[in-house]
Amino acid sequence: MQGLDAMGSIIDGFKKAFILILNLDKELLDIIFLSLRVSGSALLVSSAIGIPLAAILGLKRFHGKGLIISLLNTFMGLPPVVVGLFVYIFLSRSGPLGSLGLLYTPSAMVIAQTILALPIVVSLCSTAIVSVDPIIKQASMTLGATPFQTYLTIIKEARYGILSGIVAAFGRVMAEVGAILIVGGNIAGYTRVMTTTIALETDKGNFELAIALGIILLMLSLVINAILHSIQGPPKKSWDLSG
Amino acid sequence: MKRERLFLSILLVLSIFILSKVPAGTEEAVRIRCASTTSTQNSGLFEHILPIFQKKTGIKVDVVAVGTGAAIEIGKRGDADVVLVHAKELELKALQEGYFVNRYDLMYNDFVIIGPVDDSLKIKGMKSAAEAFKRIAENNYPFVSRGDKSGTHTKELLIWKKAGINPKGQRWYLEVGQGMEKTQRIASEKQSYTLTDRGTWLATKDKDRLEMKIVLEGDPILFNQYGVMAVNPQRHKHVKYREAMEFIKWLISKEGQEAIASFKDRYGNQLFIPNARP
Repeated sequence: MQGLDAMGSIIDGFKKAFILILNLDKELLDIIFLSLRVSGSALLVSSAIGIPLAAILGLKRFHGKGLIISLLNTFMGLPPVVVGLFVYIFLSRSGPLGSLGLLYTPSAMVIAQTILALPIVVSLCSTAIVSVDPIIKQASMTLGATPFQTYLTIIKEARYGILSGIVAAFGRVMAEVGAILIVGGNIAGYTRVMTTTIALETDKGNFELAIALGIILLMLSLVINAILHSIQGPPKKSWDLSG
Repeated sequence: MKRERLFLSILLVLSIFILSKVPAGTEEAVRIRCASTTSTQNSGLFEHILPIFQKKTGIKVDVVAVGTGAAIEIGKRGDADVVLVHAKELELKALQEGYFVNRYDLMYNDFVIIGPVDDSLKIKGMKSAAEAFKRIAENNYPFVSRGDKSGTHTKELLIWKKAGINPKGQRWYLEVGQGMEKTQRIASEKQSYTLTDRGTWLATKDKDRLEMKIVLEGDPILFNQYGVMAVNPQRHKHVKYREAMEFIKWLISKEGQEAIASFKDRYGNQLFIPNARP
């Protein structure tokens, strides 16, 4: 009986997902765009900060590097709710950054997701950079490149691995609900994104709608990953580098 | 390289998309933030009354729905401009401490005790909520508690106190820390008793296919008063006090009270009865 019921809900969810997509429901589109905006912004910011950091971490030798790498690997598994809580405390009007008035805005959500994405970007990108053949570094220096130009050459050489890192970070932030629920407040039409809508609709017992949204979220991830992988080209290349 | 160009163009499109402004209109409206409760939000009340208010004043009210305790805390920290909650003692206390100003009674409904359809403990027919709680405790019968400092939870603890029982830590006492609707569903799944507000119960019992029924209602202790108050602008300089007061004044005005009264759930039940005295 109950198994049948569950299957019924899932099938209804699929039907509803298609109806929602076909109708291009305005509210749903807003929610999807907000999800992409928030997670996309977080990815841009964390890549802008993370890739240079990864290059330094991957190419420079300095004291305590091992410790930093261990810390980064730990932070890759940061629980989103903990990040949400800390961002909440900092951004609250009674907190140190309260005067910015950012709590319960999309900006707060971008900050939280940037913190979640950054360790992944830095860690995976530095691995990609380390795996670049050292001959390239030597060759570029022999040819008279400045240190900055050498870095650029190596980053360019590691671009596929770097892209993989960004894809992984994207997966993490798109699927995340704990942090943005706390710092965004799930305000209808303002900070409500796909994952928080799914949580709310499940709470309200609208399982079909929640399942429909889940299906749309999955399809979105699939499309974006497919695009990124098509850019990345044959997988052989990146595996070769890391081997 | 074709691939590189494709990648760059996608990056460009993505950046433009992300950096582009939100369509005008949503940005320009004056927004105030109202910290309120899951029971009011899940009932659909805000979707009914806020568009009426926005149409009249141009003020957009953003609702953050949490438990009453958390909503008051959000207001205390200055992270909202107005709070709309239902735990009068807590509200008056926070008012006295100077965190809020201008509190008004707004509307009411009542709490009810719900239980399994077969009502194993034969609570139906009892008059006193405290006596019913006593019977649940004596039989070690499962009871689901919100456990989240919400208005409903506060009321529940008051009833336990009146019954002279401390349920905390008992094996039959399940603190779930969830919103009202979810708590009801858990109670139904576990076929146990729980305290809920009539609004949420009426709005969700059929939709959620709850295998539950009301077993006790009408005890004066179950009266559920909602209140609204503004965050004290002297404590938090940044709050939009003027707009918050405009919202409060509207809520307690004839028009606002009529809007509340005209809100019906999908089965035609009136969920909140306005009782403001401006």
